[in-house]
Amino acid sequence: MIEARGLARTFTGKRGTVEAVRGVDLSVASGEIVGFLGPNGAGKTTTLRMLTTLLAPTAGTATVAGRDLRSDPAGVRRRIGYVAQGGGTDPSVPAAEELELQARLYRVPGAAERIGELARRLDLDGEGLLARPSSAMSGGQRRRLDIALGLVHRPPLVFLDEPTTGLDPQSRGNLWEHIRRLRDHDGTTVFLTTHYLDEADALCDRILIIDQGRIVAEGSPAELKRRVSGDVVTVELAASGAPLDQVAARARTALADHPAVREAAVLDGSLRLTVEDGERSLMSLLRALDEAGVELAALRMARPTLDDVFLTVTGRSLRDAA
Amino acid sequence: MATTTTGTLTGPGDEDGPGGGPASGPPDGAVAATSGRAGLARTARDTWLIFLRYARQMLRNKVGVAFGLTQPLLYLVLFGPLLSRVGGVQGAGGGNTWRAFVPGILVQLALFGAGFVGFGLIADLRSGVVERLRVTPVSRLALLLGRVLRDTLLLVVQAVMLLAVSVVLGLRAPLWGIAVGLVFVALLALSIASLSYVLAMATRVEDAFAPLLSTVTLPLMLLSGIILPMSMAPGWLDTVSRFTPFRYVVDAARAAFRGDFSSPSVLEGAAVTVALVVVSVTLGTRRFLRENA
Repeated sequence: MIEARGLARTFTGKRGTVEAVRGVDLSVASGEIVGFLGPNGAGKTTTLRMLTTLLAPTAGTATVAGRDLRSDPAGVRRRIGYVAQGGGTDPSVPAAEELELQARLYRVPGAAERIGELARRLDLDGEGLLARPSSAMSGGQRRRLDIALGLVHRPPLVFLDEPTTGLDPQSRGNLWEHIRRLRDHDGTTVFLTTHYLDEADALCDRILIIDQGRIVAEGSPAELKRRVSGDVVTVELAASGAPLDQVAARARTALADHPAVREAAVLDGSLRLTVEDGERSLMSLLRALDEAGVELAALRMARPTLDDVFLTVTGRSLRDAA
Repeated sequence: MATTTTGTLTGPGDEDGPGGGPASGPPDGAVAATSGRAGLARTARDTWLIFLRYARQMLRNKVGVAFGLTQPLLYLVLFGPLLSRVGGVQGAGGGNTWRAFVPGILVQLALFGAGFVGFGLIADLRSGVVERLRVTPVSRLALLLGRVLRDTLLLVVQAVMLLAVSVVLGLRAPLWGIAVGLVFVALLALSIASLSYVLAMATRVEDAFAPLLSTVTLPLMLLSGIILPMSMAPGWLDTVSRFTPFRYVVDAARAAFRGDFSSPSVLEGAAVTVALVVVSVTLGTRRFLRENA
């Protein structure tokens, strides 16, 4: 759905040139929800504005929704929806008028039915709600109106820039549901930016991490966590007859050659293992310990968070970077 | 101007129904290649849609439309009678000073009314409306023309109201002369609105746009001889004023109000007005086309 190669944008200002995006390669398949994750100023919005024809790239090529970004921007526009971070409604214009104008500009056949359908799907069909201007709507309603505007022409690909920024937790969860339904119900490809780790984790099939204008990591949330950090399995040992040290040593020997174990350390009578793909290898770890006659008191597994991932690939915590 | 409450947009070439795309995917069939006649039709339709959007905004804000009239009305009512007392001012009126005064007030209305439309664009830039529209396949030219035509219509409506008041106060002029004068003023408003959008696009914030605007409009107004004809000015002032385009428009409108179509001012004014329209719309178009291909 998106193929970009070497996409770059430099801004020339009074204080010299700024390389906002320095050569981004990315591929997005049809029907995916892809999250573009990075701190503020990493180049997320600039990349998005290039992919949506709002900003001409200074270098690179891209095919978006089957059309070449440079030679056929009009073709791209017809096939994509875009919801900007701050939305795009006039606070004084009734929502119904905004939707109708949008539908007419895209020459949507049966505009009235389409708007009704969208209003139902996005919970905007409340009594008289669409007659209101966006200034008389709640934050969540306004956001859903923005999204409806981006979907009015049934685009196969929709770009959402920071869709849940500024929403309360309940509205966020609700919006996630709507976004998932886009993928599951209509097969729409969704490309969204976020600087919320939990959002990327909960919502996205795949994540691209961007930092300082470059993509520094990509994969599914689980893949990223696995690839970068591994899971930490802590085994508390039971001192059954033998001294704890000896038990620990035996346990460590038993697991030393296990293919999933990357690191094993003894710490205060417990064994701390860094394990690849912890969920899958847990059973075989236990079996190996059992065969070596090691008794366990407790077992804990901690999965790394996306923040750990971010820390590993950029050397900074996302919260510090933002 | 037919506008219903909220709801259906109607207009020429409404193309609902067959001809659209399949239920899934964008309506490809409806949007032919943007070249030649198809492109022109598309631009015209888009211009109409954008025009309607802003015309409705104007209807929602009737108070604002009325307030736009207060300043020129004050000039007419509180200053006009004074001028008619002075009477027989050189080169003015030909017996009816209102004939000289009203065209000036109309040009002033155009200068200030259409000059300030850039603020609306800045508001739309801020709310994200401009960006939202630019991601749609809307003709870039329509984004300018739709607005400018709305501004021109508004100005013509205000000018007609002002003319009605002037007639009550004592304006006597041939109807077709007034009509020609009105065409001059409308074209002037169209140019000024385009230029206002160009400046608004360039400055992008009210804080920069407002001072720039007042710096430009006041000297332009004074130099165009809106209140008293520039023919009364001392030589140097007269010379300076010849470099401002509005002077010719005011003079042409005055000649038209006198019904004096043999006057060279009419031809000069027409030439200057056409040039002004061409230059300002070209600038506006270029500005609106820029940044994205």
